[in-house]
Amino acid sequence: MTNAISVSGLRKSFGRTRALDGLDLTVASGEVHGFLGPNGSGKTTTIRVLLGLLRADAGQVRLLGGDPWRDAVSLHRRLAYVPGDVTLWPGLTGGEVIDLLGRLRGGIDPKRRADLLERFDLDPTKKGRAYSKGTRQKVALVAALASDVELLLLDEPTSGLDPLMEEVFRQCVDEERDNGRTVLLSSHILAEVEALCDRVSIIREGRTVETGTLAELRHLRRTSITAELADAPDGLAGLAGVHDLTVEGHRVHCEVDTAQLDAVLGTLSRAGVRSLVSQPPTLEELFLQHYDTVSNGNTVSNGNTVSNNNTASNNNGGRGGKTGTGAHRQATGKGAVRS
Amino acid sequence: MRTNGSFVGTGALTRFALRRDRIMLAAWIYLIVITVLGTLYSYKSVYSTPQELATFTNAIKDNASILAITGPSFGEYTVPAATAWKLGTWVGGFTGVLSLLLVIRHTRAEEETGRLELIDSTVVGRYAAPTAALLVAVIANVLIGGINAIGLIALGAPAAGSVAMGVGMCLTGCVFAAVAAVTAQITTSATGARGLALTVLGAAFLVRAVGDGGGPRGLSWLSWLSPLAWGPRMRPFTVERWWVLAIPLIVMLVVGAVGYALVPRRDFGDGLLPDRPGPATAARSFSNPFALAWRLQRGVLLTWVISYALFGAVLGSIVKMFVDVVRDNPEVSTIMARMGGQGAYTDLMVSAMMSLFGLVASAYAVQATQRLRTEESSRRVEPLLATGTSRIGWALSHVLFTVLGTAALMVAFGLCFGLVDGAREGTLGHTVGADLMAALVQLPAAWVLGALAVTLFGLWPRLTGLGWAAVAIAVVLTDLGTELRLPQLVMDISPYTHLPKLPGGTVTSTPLLWLLAVTVLLLVVGLIGFRRRDIDTP
Repeated sequence: MTNAISVSGLRKSFGRTRALDGLDLTVASGEVHGFLGPNGSGKTTTIRVLLGLLRADAGQVRLLGGDPWRDAVSLHRRLAYVPGDVTLWPGLTGGEVIDLLGRLRGGIDPKRRADLLERFDLDPTKKGRAYSKGTRQKVALVAALASDVELLLLDEPTSGLDPLMEEVFRQCVDEERDNGRTVLLSSHILAEVEALCDRVSIIREGRTVETGTLAELRHLRRTSITAELADAPDGLAGLAGVHDLTVEGHRVHCEVDTAQLDAVLGTLSRAGVRSLVSQPPTLEELFLQHYDTVSNGNTVSNGNTVSNNNTASNNNGGRGGKTGTGAHRQATGKGAVRS
Repeated sequence: MRTNGSFVGTGALTRFALRRDRIMLAAWIYLIVITVLGTLYSYKSVYSTPQELATFTNAIKDNASILAITGPSFGEYTVPAATAWKLGTWVGGFTGVLSLLLVIRHTRAEEETGRLELIDSTVVGRYAAPTAALLVAVIANVLIGGINAIGLIALGAPAAGSVAMGVGMCLTGCVFAAVAAVTAQITTSATGARGLALTVLGAAFLVRAVGDGGGPRGLSWLSWLSPLAWGPRMRPFTVERWWVLAIPLIVMLVVGAVGYALVPRRDFGDGLLPDRPGPATAARSFSNPFALAWRLQRGVLLTWVISYALFGAVLGSIVKMFVDVVRDNPEVSTIMARMGGQGAYTDLMVSAMMSLFGLVASAYAVQATQRLRTEESSRRVEPLLATGTSRIGWALSHVLFTVLGTAALMVAFGLCFGLVDGAREGTLGHTVGADLMAALVQLPAAWVLGALAVTLFGLWPRLTGLGWAAVAIAVVLTDLGTELRLPQLVMDISPYTHLPKLPGGTVTSTPLLWLLAVTVLLLVVGLIGFRRRDIDTP
C-alpha cells in the first residue's frame, strides 16, 4: 500500500518559536488517519506545510507522490482542505463559495452538492457575514466533500458543529473511506477519532509522540490493580498481560491488559485477597498524558498510572527518555507503539 | 434617547480603544502636526522678506486652479496666514479621514468581525460602543488641534490665529466623525460604511473646489455647504471670525444625534439596508480567481471611477468659468499675455488638475493592492491556494486592478473632463484627445506607487501598509516641494516629479519609459517574493 502522506523529521520555526521539531507522520492511502495534539502543538502548521502554504525548514515531506511546495498547484487538484477557522467573504453566499472552491479544484458533483446541503441543513443563499461559526464550517465541509478528490485534509472540522451535524459528518467520512479516499483528520474529540480513524498520530510540541492503529492504542487500556494479599503472590510475574509489577511483601501493584484480567484475578484470589483497588485507565488518560506539557505530573488525572509508566522501562522496549517527575514522557522511536 | 444604563462601559471601551490605537494615533498626530509646523517653518525661511511674501500672494490670488485646490485667499499674507491658507483645507481633510476611519474601526468593523458581540454581551450599554468610538475621535482631534496651536505659537505665530486654526482642524475632524457614526449604522459592512463616509468627504471637497475656484465673483456661496471650507473661513491669522465655529459645532451635534437615533432601530449585525438572500449557486463564469477578485474589488473601483468621472465633468465645465472670471483682471491678463495668451493659461490650470487627480489615483492603486494583504491576513486566501489556484495567478488577479483599475480612473477623469470642456469650447475633437492624453500621462507615476505596494506585500507582507506612506510622501513633495525649494535630488524621489506637464507641455518618452520599467521591476520582484515566502497569517 502506498502512502498518501509521508513526513519525516519536519522542522519549522517562526522567528524564535519552533513550531515543528522533527515531526513524523505517515498516512497510508485509503485510511482515515487521526491527528491529535493539544492546542499549539503544531497540527495546523503541519497541514499548512502539506498544503505548500508554508515552506519546511528541514525534513522530508511527500504528498500524493509529489513535493507539496514545488508541485502545489497540480497536487491541490487532487485534494480538498477544510481549515479549522473558516472565514468567508462577507458578500458572497455560501452556495457561491462552495461552487467557486469546487470549480477551482477542478469540478464539483452537483448531485453530491445538493445531497450534502440537505444533510448538513445548510442554506446556501445567505451571505458570508450572516453565517455563524458552525455554519461557516459547514460551507467549507460541503465544498470539500462535494469535490471529487483523493485526499481530504480536515483541520478540526467539527469545532462549532452541533452533535447532530457531527453525526452527519461522521457518516460522510465513513462514506469517503468506503470510496477509497484518504482522510487526515485533525481533532480534539476522542470519541470522533475512535469512531472514525483507522490509525492515529499524537503530537506534542511539534513532535510525534505516538502512532498506531486504534487496536494498538486500545491495547493500552490496562487496568491498574493494587491489592493487599494474605500471602505473597505466586506466579504473577509469569502471567501474560501483566506489566509494571511491584511486590512489597503482601502488597501488590500491577497494570493488567484488560483481556488478561480474569487470569490475574484468579492468581490473586488464590493468594487470598484482603483488599483490592482497580482503576481502568482510559484512552483519555493516554491523551491527557501526552497533552500535559507541565512536567510535574500534578495535572494528570491519575497519578498512579503515570508514575508507573515512569518505572516501567522494562516494559517499554526501546522507548527511553523518561523524565523523572511524572507525566512528561519524551517520545523517540519513529512510529513506536507501546505494547 | 437616553435610557437607563445605555452608556455603561463607555469609559472602559474608550480606554481600551485608545490603548489599541495608541501607535496609529501617535503616527497620525505626528504626521499632521509635522506637516503644519514644517510648512510654517519652511515658509519662514523661504519667504523671509515682505517682498517675497507679496510675490507669493500675487501668485495665488487669481489662479483659479490653485484656489480650487486650496481655497480662497483673504488679502495680503503673513507667513502664518500663508501656512493656514495652504494647509487649512487639507488638514481638515486629514483629520476628517482619520476621524471617520477611527469611528468605523470601533463600531461597524468590530461588529462585522464579531468582536463587538463579545463585548456587548458584558455589562456594556447599547450606546457605549458608538460613544466610545466618537470619544476616541474627539480626543484625537483635540490633541491634533491643541498640539498644532501650541506648536504654531511656539514658532512665533499669533496666538489667536493659532487657536483658530487648531479649533478649525479639530471641529472639521469631529464633523466627519459624526458622519461616520451615521454611515456605520446604515451598511452591514465596514467597507461599505467607510466608502459612504469617504463619499461625503469627496463631495465636500468637490463642492468646495467649485465654490472656491471661481473666486469671490464665482459661486463662492457654495463653499459654505462644505465642512472642509469652514475651518479656513474662520480666517486664521487675518481677521479671525469666531462665529464660524458655530457651524461645525451645530452640524456635528445634529449629525451625531441622527447616528444615536439610528442605533436602537436595528439588530446587532444588521444595517438599515438589509442583507437580501443571494444566489444559491454561483454564476457559470464565477470559476476563476479573476472572477473572485472582480467581485471583491468592483465596489471600490466603481465608486472611484464614478467619482473621477463626476469630478472630471464638474471641473471640465468650470475651467472656462474660472478663466472668464479672472480674464478681466488687469494683473492676470498681463500674466496671461506673458505666458502666451489665454490658451496657455487654461492649459496650465488643466495641467494642475490632472496632476492632482493623477496623484490621488495612486491612493486607489495602493488601496487595490492592499486587498492582497487583507485576503491573506483574514485567512481567506488559504482555502483558495489549497485549490488548483497558483499563487501568481491569485496575486495577479488583484494586481490587475492596481494596473488597469487605476487606468480606468484616469480614462474616466480625462474623458469626462475633455468632453465637457470641449463641448463648451466647441473644440471637442481636439480637447478630448488633449485632455485624455494629459490624464493618461499621469498613469506611470501612479503605477510605480501601486507596484511598490506589491513589492512590500511580496517581500514584507506585514509592511504592505507602508504603501500609504509612499503616497503621502509623493503628495507632500508634489504639493510643497517647489514652494519649499527642496533640492532636486529630494524632489526626484517622487515619480510625479518626472511627468511632463500636459496639456501644453512637450512629452519626452524617456522618463515615462523609465517609470514603466520601474513599475514592471517592482511588480516582478513582488510576485517572485510572494511565490517564495510563507503565507503569513497573524
